[in-house]
Amino acid sequence: MAKRFNLNVNGRAHAVTADPEMPLLYALRDDLGMHEPRFGCGLAQCGACTVLLDGNPARSCSVPVSAVGAAKVTTLAGIGSAQKPHKVQAAFIEEQVPQCGYCLNGWVMTSVALLEKNPHPSDEQIRDALTGLKCRCGTHLSIIRAVKRAAQA
Amino acid sequence: MSLQMNRRDFLAGSGTLVVSVMLPGLSAHAATPGTQASRMALKPDQLSSYISVNRDGSVTGWVGKVDMAQGTEIGWIKIIAEELDMPPERVRMVQGNTEETVDQGGASGSTGIWRGGHALRNAAAEARLTLMEMGAAKLGVPIDQLEVNDGVISQRGKPGRKVSYGELIGGRQFDVQLEWNKEYGNDLLVKGRAKPKSPSEYKQIGKPGTRRRDVAEKLYGTATVMADIKVPGMLHGRVLRPPVAGAVPVSVDNTSVKDIPGVRVVWQKNFIGLVAPKQWDAIRAARQLKVVWSAATPPFPEQQDLYKHIAGAKVMKRDEEVNSGDVDAAFAAAARVVEYSYAWPFHSHASLSPACGIADMRADSATVWTGGQKPHHCREGIAIMFNLPEDKVKVIYTPGPGSYGRNDSGDATMDAAVLSKAVGEPVRVQGMRHDGTGWDPKSPASIHRSRAAIDKDGKVLAWHFETKGFSRREFFRDEGSPERTLAGQLMDWPLKPVWLLGVPGESYSFARRKTSDTIGPLLDRASPLRSSHFRDPGGPQIHFASESFMDELALATNTDAVEFRLRYLKEPRDLEVVRTVAEKASWQSHVGARKQMRGEVHTGQGLAYAVRGATRVAVIAEVEVNPKTYRVWVRRYVIAHDCGQVIAPDLLRQTIEAQVVQTTSRAVFEEVKFDQRNVTSVDWLSYPILDIKDAPEAIDITLIDRPEMPPAGAGEATCRVVAAAVANAIFDATAVRLRQVPFTPERLKAAWV
Repeated sequence: MAKRFNLNVNGRAHAVTADPEMPLLYALRDDLGMHEPRFGCGLAQCGACTVLLDGNPARSCSVPVSAVGAAKVTTLAGIGSAQKPHKVQAAFIEEQVPQCGYCLNGWVMTSVALLEKNPHPSDEQIRDALTGLKCRCGTHLSIIRAVKRAAQA
Repeated sequence: MSLQMNRRDFLAGSGTLVVSVMLPGLSAHAATPGTQASRMALKPDQLSSYISVNRDGSVTGWVGKVDMAQGTEIGWIKIIAEELDMPPERVRMVQGNTEETVDQGGASGSTGIWRGGHALRNAAAEARLTLMEMGAAKLGVPIDQLEVNDGVISQRGKPGRKVSYGELIGGRQFDVQLEWNKEYGNDLLVKGRAKPKSPSEYKQIGKPGTRRRDVAEKLYGTATVMADIKVPGMLHGRVLRPPVAGAVPVSVDNTSVKDIPGVRVVWQKNFIGLVAPKQWDAIRAARQLKVVWSAATPPFPEQQDLYKHIAGAKVMKRDEEVNSGDVDAAFAAAARVVEYSYAWPFHSHASLSPACGIADMRADSATVWTGGQKPHHCREGIAIMFNLPEDKVKVIYTPGPGSYGRNDSGDATMDAAVLSKAVGEPVRVQGMRHDGTGWDPKSPASIHRSRAAIDKDGKVLAWHFETKGFSRREFFRDEGSPERTLAGQLMDWPLKPVWLLGVPGESYSFARRKTSDTIGPLLDRASPLRSSHFRDPGGPQIHFASESFMDELALATNTDAVEFRLRYLKEPRDLEVVRTVAEKASWQSHVGARKQMRGEVHTGQGLAYAVRGATRVAVIAEVEVNPKTYRVWVRRYVIAHDCGQVIAPDLLRQTIEAQVVQTTSRAVFEEVKFDQRNVTSVDWLSYPILDIKDAPEAIDITLIDRPEMPPAGAGEATCRVVAAAVANAIFDATAVRLRQVPFTPERLKAAWV
């Protein structure tokens, strides 16, 4: 049976009525009308749906909406904007990283979390942190360049 | 010729132009449905079909192609801005929408700049000439005394005497006829009286630094892509696929989903799907719906027998045969013959997200939203399927996940159309991951036999190269007819398979015979192994074999691999890419495997070269092979690339770089797995692709710019040289010759010497 859930997304309170098993991704996209996290696999295998839950990257396709609780949800649009870009966003733009961009949420949000914990990662640490994320267009080298640029910002 | 200007105010006919001009980039795609009706009357021989000047003096270019997010849009903008002497910031493009652009074939065959850009360049040159004539009349100054700066025409030496493009025609349409070659699609070409600029006059072409328009909004989460489109009243649809490929629904228990609100099941012929108002409910219902499927005979061979099947299969068509010189005589006279065989598996398009399509089917019209790369062909297919006149079908292009030929987009839009027609509401379809990887079109598996005749002095006399495999166009290259989609095949549309694979592109000077034999599909209707275009269709397969063989031939004739190419290639541009790449990679002449070590890993270099259309490319791969884990890592690529005139070098580099990474993934990691019943590669675990840990450290690209030549295609050529370069480098590193893709640890271990 559908239940009501209160979500804190990008600092704003929202209420969603949904099946408790429904993944957070569908609440964000279909109920709140957000464009950022994308459906890629529904299996937590690609990262296209990544958001931050209390600052940690999470695959929103595999987190039931009932499990979010009071955790603060941050999406791609929640970390920065054209007026006030996050340094990772600015670096990805500077390096002109994305082609189709469907995978971006995973790379950007995971990089944000990496740089919070390790502000000056080595190439190997960047690869370790980002392993498992998928990009079909093959922009991996641009991604590594962008994370290094963000670390220097 | 007198100039006939149409004084009809463009805005009177289409009040929405201003709206779409003010919306940046991708948002405009979402904002334009139902607008621009006046453009429908535009014809391919009208300048206004390609170029218009807005009231504020900015310029809009209209193109019936689409940029698959590789910066082709910036290429078009630079071409138009150059001819018109405009800053690129004041030029924008409208791409692909069927009501706003002439059918120029969509994204297809790396023709975006080569063909699409050619038409736009001629149109922009004609627009400039027309504007100069208008300016001359307005200022009372002969045309040869005028100059243009940033869209403002002025008298040379008297900058105060001026008139802007916007003042001359802003907001109104050109009424200028172009010479049109009467072709549509990729072959469409127009030209006017004006001669485009000569390269010596270029201020923008060939220079870096023009930013893509779609990047920032993707980073800020404000872009609208196909999956984001919402149509009022839209339902969510899902299509059910059988557990055994070829099985069809026999019965359906609608009560099995009665607890899910608003579900409606649609069963037409062998197509079965459902809709629900909420997406999550559609997903649950698709999992829960009880369908009894027919007892189909498992249609596939065991995976390990695939290449045996291809070798023994009936040839449907020998689609290409190239003969040069007397090959038979050369083999008869040969001192020895070298022969090897190669194999390439099925690959999944595996776009990052399963395709999404939306259709709003009405009694006598249709609106369709597609992320597919050929919107005009999408319109044709929908029109035929539902017996609608083409002009009653509107297709709106919105960027989908990366598409590199023929992905599952055409299937998703047709699925949405069938469901929408059945339930009388707009329907959005987006499958789950298994619908994408499991059921998308596959690039064809193939085998290749390569033989060479060598004389007693080690000279290559002749080469005989045979390809045999599934078609790269079994159900064509686009969704322009119902039987080219899964829904059409499930609804019994007569099949019209096209048998085509291909032969290598190169310029070796020895006598040669190249043949390409296409076999029929394993399952002829609604098969998860149906084969179609995937980036450089057939190219990676064929050139993996041909360029691996050239290295084997170099070894057999005791020749360095670079020296071998330089000895036998004959076209100067081909020779130059090989020479350049060898120099940039500091190639050391050697014969055979060097088995060099760096610490605990073997290292090696491998070369491959190829021609694709008017583009030449040579690549040297530098690999590390771990003798304990058998991991292959391509640490660095060095590339020399010649696609004629370079428009936007920075974007071209990124296009090449990404296609190298993507093809590395195909060569080293990818193989569609299947059993006798069905495809078993259904997600990223069962269909692994390159991980960032396996991405190269560097890809060093040298662009050989030829401003005096037309720009040729660059989106695919490099795909065809990657696998052979890697295989050749693995051989140099280990003395193991891999003749089958992918280069997995298991395969390398089995072949280790």
